[in-house]
Amino acid sequence: MFQFLSSLYRNYALAVDRAPGLMENPGYSSGFDGLHHPSDDDDDEMVDIAGATLDFSATDDVPPLSSGGYDEYSAGSSSRAAGMNGSGPTKLVDPLEDPLPGVGTYEDFNTIDWVREKSKDRDRHREITNKSRESTVALLHSVSDAFSGWLLMLLVGLMAGALAGGIDIAAHWMTDLKEGVCLIGFWFNHEHCCWTSNETTFQERDRCPQWKSWAELIAGTAQGPFAYIVNYLMYIFWALLFSFLAVTLVRAFAPYACGSGIPEIKTILSGFIIRGYLGKWTLIIKTITLVLAVSSGLSLGKEGPLVHVACCCANILCHLFTKYRKNEAKRREVLSAAAAVGVSVAFGAPIGGVLFSLEEVSYYFPLKTLWRSFFAALVAAFTLRSINPFGNSRLVLFYVEFHAPWHLVELAPFILLGIFGGLWGTLFIKANIAWCRTRKTTRLGHYPVIEVLLVTAVTALLAFPNSYTRMSGAELISELFNDCSLLDSSQLCGYKQPVNTSETGVDNSLADRPAGPGLCTALWQLALALIFKILITVITFGMKVPSGLFIPSMAVGAIAGRLLGVGMEQLAYYNHDWLLFRGWCSPGADCITPGLYAMVGAAACLGGVTRMTVSLVVIMFELTGGLEYIVPLMAATMTSKWVADAFGREGIYEAHIRLNGYPFLEPKEEFEHSSLAVDVMRPRRGDPALAVLTQDSMTVGEVETLVESTHYSGFPVVISQESQRLVGFVLRRDLLISIDNARKRQDGIVSASLVVFTEHCPAQPPEAPPPLRLRGIMDLSPFTVTDHTPMDITVDIFRKLGLRQCLVTHNGRLLGIITKKDILKHMAQISNRDPDSILFN
Amino acid sequence: MKFLFGVEALCLACFVLLSQVSAKNSEDIRCKCICPPYRDVEGQIYKQNVSLKDCTCLHVVVPMPVDGKDVEAYCLRCECKYEERSSGTIKVTIIIYLSILGLLLLYMVYLTLLEPMLKRRLFGHSQLIQSDDDVDQQPFANAHNVLSRSHSRPNMLNKVEHAQQRWRRQVQEQRKSVFDRHVVLS
Repeated sequence: MFQFLSSLYRNYALAVDRAPGLMENPGYSSGFDGLHHPSDDDDDEMVDIAGATLDFSATDDVPPLSSGGYDEYSAGSSSRAAGMNGSGPTKLVDPLEDPLPGVGTYEDFNTIDWVREKSKDRDRHREITNKSRESTVALLHSVSDAFSGWLLMLLVGLMAGALAGGIDIAAHWMTDLKEGVCLIGFWFNHEHCCWTSNETTFQERDRCPQWKSWAELIAGTAQGPFAYIVNYLMYIFWALLFSFLAVTLVRAFAPYACGSGIPEIKTILSGFIIRGYLGKWTLIIKTITLVLAVSSGLSLGKEGPLVHVACCCANILCHLFTKYRKNEAKRREVLSAAAAVGVSVAFGAPIGGVLFSLEEVSYYFPLKTLWRSFFAALVAAFTLRSINPFGNSRLVLFYVEFHAPWHLVELAPFILLGIFGGLWGTLFIKANIAWCRTRKTTRLGHYPVIEVLLVTAVTALLAFPNSYTRMSGAELISELFNDCSLLDSSQLCGYKQPVNTSETGVDNSLADRPAGPGLCTALWQLALALIFKILITVITFGMKVPSGLFIPSMAVGAIAGRLLGVGMEQLAYYNHDWLLFRGWCSPGADCITPGLYAMVGAAACLGGVTRMTVSLVVIMFELTGGLEYIVPLMAATMTSKWVADAFGREGIYEAHIRLNGYPFLEPKEEFEHSSLAVDVMRPRRGDPALAVLTQDSMTVGEVETLVESTHYSGFPVVISQESQRLVGFVLRRDLLISIDNARKRQDGIVSASLVVFTEHCPAQPPEAPPPLRLRGIMDLSPFTVTDHTPMDITVDIFRKLGLRQCLVTHNGRLLGIITKKDILKHMAQISNRDPDSILFN
Repeated sequence: MKFLFGVEALCLACFVLLSQVSAKNSEDIRCKCICPPYRDVEGQIYKQNVSLKDCTCLHVVVPMPVDGKDVEAYCLRCECKYEERSSGTIKVTIIIYLSILGLLLLYMVYLTLLEPMLKRRLFGHSQLIQSDDDVDQQPFANAHNVLSRSHSRPNMLNKVEHAQQRWRRQVQEQRKSVFDRHVVLS
């Protein structure tokens, strides 16, 4: 009964356009045949039509004509549909009605196909919209579906904000536990222990009788060398204990919780799948061990891991909503927003967080995600603010507020700081990658626990004597950012008091003063701290504990900036008659703010390491609340990026992605080589021919042999081995699951059964086993390029559409396939790297 | 799914608890005035438990260290800040944190030390020999496998055990790829 149809040749697209009612049919116009949507009344008819059109070209290998036969065709299709419905037992288990669990999902360490996921979501959306016209319940469902994205954002914001607050409080307390304990309540940290105490003095603001150092508790004295030794030993003991607990917990429960997480999040957002990376155990362990790692005094920060924590929250909450649970692309939109939430709570910078997500982590960032990130970042910042973890109504420890003006001449030192930041960034990336590669390839990597313990021991041993390394990174930054006013009594503000202070001076800002002995001590301590931080951070980042990079980089920059700032200040004080200083730095004026230099230096160093620009400046300016420092910060970050880019284009996260060989197609890089698609595609010249499936002439046994003898993740489907005309593309996983399922659940499927990708089954002898129909799992609209397409265009297609693979045709015949991995290998080869470093599909 | 709702409920409960305990406590507000050195008066820090509107130098700095005519000049230099904290939140957070940490540690100790011992006592030597290698390499391996095979348990327990076993396999897989083969996260 189908024979009369075979006289019709038709362009596939034309059939889609003309067939009545097809456009509102879910799942078709996007190229998928709606098999993921069970219980749709239109399914039969729709798929039938599609099958018919393809069937025409199937029966005969003549180029389809684009004219004629429309009326006949429609009539035929309806009668055919009727015939189909009555035809045989295969319909009962047809995957059409019953999409298998597992079909359309991905294996671990594989890349998703954005196009497929996005069209799946569009189909789903269209179906819901269509149904919403039918009943009130369906309408409500559609409304709740539309609303679920925002609800999810609200939940993510609340959860991430609450967790960040908890982490802040716990980390602060544990850091102080290394020095001593509070007697009025062990849960108070040092500052809160002396919160109400009136015994604090101007010089020693944090000393009160309620807070006992370990020496006071153990040795009974707070002074003398013995007390110092006891404190020293206790400091090392706690540091070792914390880091040991952190690394063993990570090792025992969630190995994925180690490291900063941003390189992996970046790769995941670009479409990679790492199962369990954003799971609940990772969340719990990362939260718990992050506190331990930060308080162990290691040179690491909590900002990067907080991004990971926020993404875990988002991923877990995604399971509550079908829309996001089932669609990898939609879930990645939520994860992008969660990355913004992470930075928002880490720095108390909601806008900076959104920009960070946009500039640094996200791969696909539509406007809708921007608004959602904005909302989520707002909710998270609000939650954190209401928890008030530091007791000062600020979201971060090192919030500063100053409004000292700066002069145009100061741009020169700011740019100098930018150069320093760029150099530090380059050096750090090179050294850290070299160290991580050593860890990856040599025996060093076999002893993660011992490594962590050793590094902690060295850190604690060297850090304790110097008060600037003993304090935590955030505290150090806050001290360095601080502007010395009359109210400050820290060593950094140890200036000589000028003899003729004008006692009527109302504001607390002071004129430039000569450095006193306190400041001189502070300066050389800071210089030592700078060297120490630079060296220790290189080997700390990448250890098997949660470790962020923001705080150590900022600390390095802040120390350098503060040193330069104090230097400038003294230079101006002693040489205020120089031409340079004459106009604006007369004696008695407050012309140079060392705290500002520290801030600029911090931004420059962070910029050099991560290569962020816009988001970094916004984060810094949200930290300071001073709009007038945007230009210095911009100058420094831009210089730092230029300098760092001159030595190597990739930031630390890209470098780590490359080190691990993740399949990440960098959107910022340009592809300049003049190769063609045919140079990159597989099979290469001399290789065996491409493994293909035919649409209606292979048996289950043959398909299984083919799948088992190869390791490809997908197979093109062609009309026949001779013609090699393309029909579609089938993923290995879907194929295996479907065959496996059919063998178990479907009667009569044996190795000799025919595997059929066409809509109707070819005529078979009556005694033959029933065919296995697998059209439902086939992608009918695989992307194709011709063999002479330039690679730069192909790379663009891959980047912009998020493709996973693309088929190459020659004169309309299937010639080969290009996968994301092939492109990455090709790019590695062009830039003289080892192409085998790309490990994953 | 159920687990997640449980977590949600727990979070909600925690939140309610937190807001309960973090109700304003009298020692949770302070007005802190920092007064820099002035002439021959040393710098001083004053803290008083006063409300926001009373948070000024004149109210907080008692006794005033300078004479009447200098009070204004002295006070102009002082900086007074009103601060709030919630000691309840701090207490609850630290206690929750420590209890989770403690539980995790206990569970870890149980999995690494106690369970192999338990297993050894339950099934003499015959099963020990065949699974000894696994145990040596991976502390969590196979113990439950053996346990669940020998007893037929109620359905619920079996389910939990099954889930736990699956989780362990995942962790082992992760550990292999992160710590042994160094393919990810290095």
